[in-house]
Amino acid sequence: MVSDKNFGGYFTVKGREFIDAGLISSQIKKVLKEHGVPEEAVRKAAVVAFEAEVNIISYADVGTISFSVENGVITIEATDKGAGIPDIKRALIEGFSTADDQVREMGFGAGMGLPNIKKFSDIFEINSEVGKGTVVKSIIKFTEKDVL
Amino acid sequence: MDVKTIVKSLGLDVFCCPDMLDRPVDGGYSGDLLSDVMANARKDNVWVTRQVHQNTVAVATLKELSAVIVVQGAKPDANTLSKAVKEGVPILGSSLSAFEVTGRIFKLLGAS
Repeated sequence: MVSDKNFGGYFTVKGREFIDAGLISSQIKKVLKEHGVPEEAVRKAAVVAFEAEVNIISYADVGTISFSVENGVITIEATDKGAGIPDIKRALIEGFSTADDQVREMGFGAGMGLPNIKKFSDIFEINSEVGKGTVVKSIIKFTEKDVL
Repeated sequence: MDVKTIVKSLGLDVFCCPDMLDRPVDGGYSGDLLSDVMANARKDNVWVTRQVHQNTVAVATLKELSAVIVVQGAKPDANTLSKAVKEGVPILGSSLSAFEVTGRIFKLLGAS
């Protein structure tokens, strides 16, 4: 029922708008649920989308998040025009963060964003260029037998 | 167990959504780091935290948590409350510490 139907969406995320954090991930979660994607995959996708959203809000001026579902594969891609990450290896270590006070006051900046995205993805890719921005791609797979 | 039982037993303040207190509770998670809660809280958990800003509502909604319990006498700010009303997320409060609130709920859940 899910696999014969492909769908997706595309959103723009504005930097520093903490008041909006969660809006896009909620929307993505809602669409996945409506299309009957299994609960566990929706749960993973919600975490990935939320962290991607918060990263753009925290570190970039503007960015985009797109998602698509095709043949049991959810792909979430977050792209931003930000400062870029000089040391990706370090950024993937839980606890490492360059967040400023405003970010931390909002309960973020614990250095868990990218590690969470990686953890909840089946395939995780990140490309970043200092001064230009970052692209994070997450793939989450599910099968029909996951449907309860 | 439902949210109402916890409210009664701990004498919690109900800052938002008294009509949502029949939501089920099958466990809980305590923490102030939103990414930690995102990663580890489960659906139908209550969330014990000192955080009071609106992003708690976003996390609670995404994770389908039963309620947010703010501790140490903290009060949710106006943005948090209006967002909580919109999303139907109960925001509860206690003057006790996170340690004590968590302990009491843990005990209650164990007894149920």
